[in-house]
Amino acid sequence: MPTLTERKPARPNVRSAGRPAHELIFGDLWDFDPAPETADPKLKPRYDLFIGGKFVPAASGKYFDSINPANEQKLAELALGGAADVDAAYRAAQNARENVWGRMPGRERAKYLYRIARLLQDRAREFAIAETMDNGKPIKETRDFDVPMAAAHFFYHAGWADKLEYVAPGRKVAPLGVVGQVIPWNFPLLMLSWKIAPAIAMGNCVVIKPATNTPLTAVKLAEIFLDAGLPPGVVNIITGPGSTGGLLMAHPAAAKIAFTGSTEVGKVIMRSVAGTDKRMTMELGGKAANIVFDDAPLDQAVEGIVNGIFFNQGQVCCAGSRLLVQETVVERVVAKLKNRLRTLRVGDPLDKNTDVGAIVSRDQLATIQGYLDIGVNEGAELWQPPCRLPAKGFYLPPTIFTGVTQSHRIAREEIFGPVLAIITFRTVEEAVEKANNTPYGLSAGVWTDKGSRILKMSTELKAGVVWANTFNKFDPTSPFGGYKESGFGREGGRQGLLDYCKLV
Amino acid sequence: MIPTAQAAFRRLFSEIGPVDYVGVEERVAKYGTRSIKKSSKLFGLKMAVSMIDLTTLEGKDTPGKVGSLCQKARHPHDDPAVPAVAAVCVYPSMVKYARRALGEDTPVRIASVATAFPSGQAPLKTRLAEVKSAVSDGADEIDMVVNRGAFLAGEFQRMQDEIGAVRETCGEAVLKVILEVSELETYDNIRAASFLAMRMLRPGDFIKTSTGKTSLNATLGNHQVMLEAIRDFYLDTGTPISMKPAGGIRAAKQALQFLVAVKETLGDEWLNNTRYRFGASALLNDLLRQIEKEKTGAYQAPYYFSEATESY
Repeated sequence: MPTLTERKPARPNVRSAGRPAHELIFGDLWDFDPAPETADPKLKPRYDLFIGGKFVPAASGKYFDSINPANEQKLAELALGGAADVDAAYRAAQNARENVWGRMPGRERAKYLYRIARLLQDRAREFAIAETMDNGKPIKETRDFDVPMAAAHFFYHAGWADKLEYVAPGRKVAPLGVVGQVIPWNFPLLMLSWKIAPAIAMGNCVVIKPATNTPLTAVKLAEIFLDAGLPPGVVNIITGPGSTGGLLMAHPAAAKIAFTGSTEVGKVIMRSVAGTDKRMTMELGGKAANIVFDDAPLDQAVEGIVNGIFFNQGQVCCAGSRLLVQETVVERVVAKLKNRLRTLRVGDPLDKNTDVGAIVSRDQLATIQGYLDIGVNEGAELWQPPCRLPAKGFYLPPTIFTGVTQSHRIAREEIFGPVLAIITFRTVEEAVEKANNTPYGLSAGVWTDKGSRILKMSTELKAGVVWANTFNKFDPTSPFGGYKESGFGREGGRQGLLDYCKLV
Repeated sequence: MIPTAQAAFRRLFSEIGPVDYVGVEERVAKYGTRSIKKSSKLFGLKMAVSMIDLTTLEGKDTPGKVGSLCQKARHPHDDPAVPAVAAVCVYPSMVKYARRALGEDTPVRIASVATAFPSGQAPLKTRLAEVKSAVSDGADEIDMVVNRGAFLAGEFQRMQDEIGAVRETCGEAVLKVILEVSELETYDNIRAASFLAMRMLRPGDFIKTSTGKTSLNATLGNHQVMLEAIRDFYLDTGTPISMKPAGGIRAAKQALQFLVAVKETLGDEWLNNTRYRFGASALLNDLLRQIEKEKTGAYQAPYYFSEATESY
């Protein structure tokens, strides 16, 4: 390494005449050494289905691979569940529901949830690494968000299990029965936890399918269920392709189905169960507006914009993918945003200093890149910070588009990647109109120094969550869910529990 | 119409924009999660050594103590790879002893806290006289305190005029303006005071967090607010103002977090001791201890480092 005196900031070589002479240099004068997380994720080479408290091979005897999107290497192979396995899982769940779990007092069920939560905390590091390897998201996110939040959901719902008489004051609640759940790949462990915890706290039993791309932490959580002594059949985990998820949702034994994923698939599922008496909750896509007014604290707004769209590489259903900026500050905001993006570190997800990791799969990367072409072809201006991407793996630099209007496809369709569309507005009314001009309505953000404006916006924005002067904040106590084509039903809080019970 | 304090603040805030406390704290928490290892850690530690204003500001300071501080500043450690610190920082009455100890031909600069440090509660004439005497005794840099009373009363012109008067009195000497952030209380005020001060400064002059004499000194939060003010001012005007956090930075780990904030907010051009300083005393030995640890893999006892105050 060069000594202090030898090192000088590297100035950009070319500077065109028109540009102002002063700009900031985010170079490698003081570069950080690799700081990879090295603990053992304790992965087995092969995982079977978890049915009736046992790991059993799929009826087909087939397996599929799970790969690490950061380097395209195989991590493990997983049983490919099919119709017979789904049947077996529902039978196990019904059995557990009738003979054990449904009869158990809530305070006893709570003990199992507490135990699961604590065991997950004990093995937090191992789970964080496994999640990062399977999904490609940075270790600092799995370590500081996914795993602690997953444990928090078990703790929170454990607390409810013996207090269910207070869920709906004046009414009595009863569990629904067996619940079928299908979850996406963007928050594999967290989605698993916030689906399972309320269901079993209420006394239901569960058949759940993790996403095809990211099944590892689900089968690892099954190990924790075993360690916690959770009665067999209370939670059954079926790994496999999307078609298995379809079977799971359409199964006649499911009293309720809960799905998180794309609006497209959600519609297919709803069609398939039309005419049955199944209950449903759907948490689908989004195209959230993050609205910045000219009186906002701009540096903190920029931080919120970054957190809104580049958290988990933008693969978040509530991502702030549309930035609405008041005309008078758009230049300032974009300049600040570009400077901030220059300091983001894109690369190896296991490195503790990585801010933006790998996209979950080759297909998803191709989809996102397709949208970049669409944006450019439709005349929007693309900007990416200079960054060195690893040679292998599915990476995309953080991307912003300026000069975007409501009619651009990149402003209308959910991209599910680190791509931000920047749109301007002039008045408060125009901001509300543009924000609501979308089939989605999952979340929104408002940045302003004026409290009364926050309250006004929060009533006028058609979105399940409105964040004020922050973005992407979650808590087990706070209900989460959508308006319009972003779905229905709530997850988390008292409202989330109500979706897993019937009032008697 | 006589401008009220409220109107003055309103005008200034709408000009420079507000700061959100929660957002700032969230931003700076991320600096603490940066993992700095091996050669990058060693580089950061040595860089921090080269940025220290090695300080003694006690009523009990003596010429002898200042002399030994100067020797430590010039030669912090036996390891020749460890650079000298940037400056020593002493009371005006001690400047001539520091100059005697360091001589004329030295890389270590002499900074002095003039202007009725730390309260600033003396007539302007007295404060200017103090600056003048420190400069003529050989101070290269003057650390002044701003008139917080004037700022909080909305008398921005008076506050700025005083900074201007001190700047003129400094002549060639570098000026560091101490905002005393704990007495400004809000991040909005810290940002506002930073701008008022910077508008009176020359390229290479500093804004500084605090005197170290109040309960709250430099934190990552108020440091971040000032860095962002410096960045905005530079991008608007082209004038690069330097930064000095002071007080409360005792551990090498803290110093590295502050430097990460500089790296990610102002960039590479602020990672040197003409643009950035630490006002500290105990920090130096912890940096040396960490440098030794990086080289040998083991922590040395405190008594292996000169001027160590702690021991077994």
